[in-house]
Amino acid sequence: MIKDITIGQYFPGSSVLHRMDSRIKIILTAVFIVMLFAAKDIAALAVGILFTLVTFLISKIPLKMMGKSLKPIIPLIIFTALLNLFFIRSGELLWQWRFIKITDQGIDTSVFMVIRIICLICGTSLLTYTTSPIDLTDAIERLLSPLKKIKVPVHELAMMMTIALRFIPTLIEETDKIMSAQKARGADMETGSLIQKAKAMVPILIPLFVASFRHAEELALAMECRCYHGGEGRTRMKQLKLSMIDLYGSLFTAAFLASVIAVNILMKK
Amino acid sequence: MDMAEKKNKEKFIEIRDLRFSYINDLEEPPVKTEVLKGVSLDICRGEFVAVLGHNGSGKSTLAKCINAINLPESGGVFVDGMDTLDENDLLPIRQRVGMVFQNPDNQIVATIVEEDVAFALENMCVEPAEIRRRVDDALRTVGMYEYRLHAPHKLSGGQKQRVAIAGIIAMRPECILLDEPTAMLDPHGRDEVMRTIKLLNSQGVTIVLITHYMEEAAQADRIVVIDSGEVVMDDVPRKIFSKVEKMKELGLDVPQVTELAWELKKAGYDISTEIIYEEECAERLAQLLKD
Repeated sequence: MIKDITIGQYFPGSSVLHRMDSRIKIILTAVFIVMLFAAKDIAALAVGILFTLVTFLISKIPLKMMGKSLKPIIPLIIFTALLNLFFIRSGELLWQWRFIKITDQGIDTSVFMVIRIICLICGTSLLTYTTSPIDLTDAIERLLSPLKKIKVPVHELAMMMTIALRFIPTLIEETDKIMSAQKARGADMETGSLIQKAKAMVPILIPLFVASFRHAEELALAMECRCYHGGEGRTRMKQLKLSMIDLYGSLFTAAFLASVIAVNILMKK
Repeated sequence: MDMAEKKNKEKFIEIRDLRFSYINDLEEPPVKTEVLKGVSLDICRGEFVAVLGHNGSGKSTLAKCINAINLPESGGVFVDGMDTLDENDLLPIRQRVGMVFQNPDNQIVATIVEEDVAFALENMCVEPAEIRRRVDDALRTVGMYEYRLHAPHKLSGGQKQRVAIAGIIAMRPECILLDEPTAMLDPHGRDEVMRTIKLLNSQGVTIVLITHYMEEAAQADRIVVIDSGEVVMDDVPRKIFSKVEKMKELGLDVPQVTELAWELKKAGYDISTEIIYEEECAERLAQLLKD
């Protein structure tokens, strides 16, 4: 049943965004976040919205997928909106009931914040939708590689991430098997109070841990057999090469960042 | 090929009076278990050697001694003239002698088949273009090229094991040690893996196959039987399996066809016990019926 899980939320495709270098994508996502936070008013934010929309259309990610990534943060969006709505006291008073005061600036700010959060989530999830976890790890390793000079174990961290990603499906499969085995022995995992249910997990977790240690030991051995000796001097089969797509993408993003700043300055006057 | 011919061939692995023990230092005083008690063995280039022995006989330990995972307590192991005790030769030895384990899940490192096959080459600091070429070659050899972009966890056991083998042959080793590579596979997966092993051997790769399946051992050029840390038999499969009583004594089986011939002989029929393949058994039986 759980065999067919996809790790992360990668949505395979061949759009321009998919083909872009993952390092550039990470950097551009950071620029995008800066862009959203640099926008001082709704006009500047409109540029940010446009950017989100355009990249979303380019990525060919179905709207449903986007909805999926927005769903878990709906409470956060509502909370932010209400907070801004009720606690901003400046501006013209529109409505009052006992201690609750709603001002026009309050409404403006809460709408502004909601749009900003939605754009932020949509834009950043485009990164994880169009980049496989392994490419992401790879890109992080390469982007952080200058930190090796100050003795940050970048390669080891990336290796750990890769192995963790690799073993998620294996461990899930194992959990499935152990659960069936325990059920066959009469274990009851569905009924009872929360504490009882949590206790019922113990006979699943213990064999799972034991199995993980065994996996780790054998994997270490297998890696040694394949000449693994740390990250020193390691070469990579996949060479990340910057292409024209990356250049255009960077220019495109830079143009939007510039427009946001320009709109900010214009609106101030 | 007979033994005399093999002996003329160049020695690739030399094991001289090898002793090895595991030490359990959790107990007080530490408990020493002697696993290998003076093993001497030569393996020639291009040979296909099967190693038999019941559980705990020390056959896996022996394999791990060959590629310097376990270091000898006394005696010595030499691979292509290099001593496994010499730390400088560690990587060259492991590159020449690859090892495939029982559980394919525990030897696959990456989340994409081709990335995993590239793993050893990346460790060996090979140029990217050359890695690409060797990875494609290795995947074609094991017949997994179409699956190069798949996630390993979605493959069958036999396919995973072939990917693991590809990860080893990408190093272009001269010898591959396989520690019960088919033990966790279904009959179909076993077939796939055995075919791959035989193909590699035909291309000149030395094979050391540890197995529990007598039918697999029967396909080797030579069988080494290990019992409680010592080599007790070392001969061609035909000769080894014809000694049915001795094999049973050691807690081992013989191929089903050999057993059949042996039972027939015991019952007074005129049939040789030097039968290891199904076809020849059928032939002899037909002959017997005619007479």
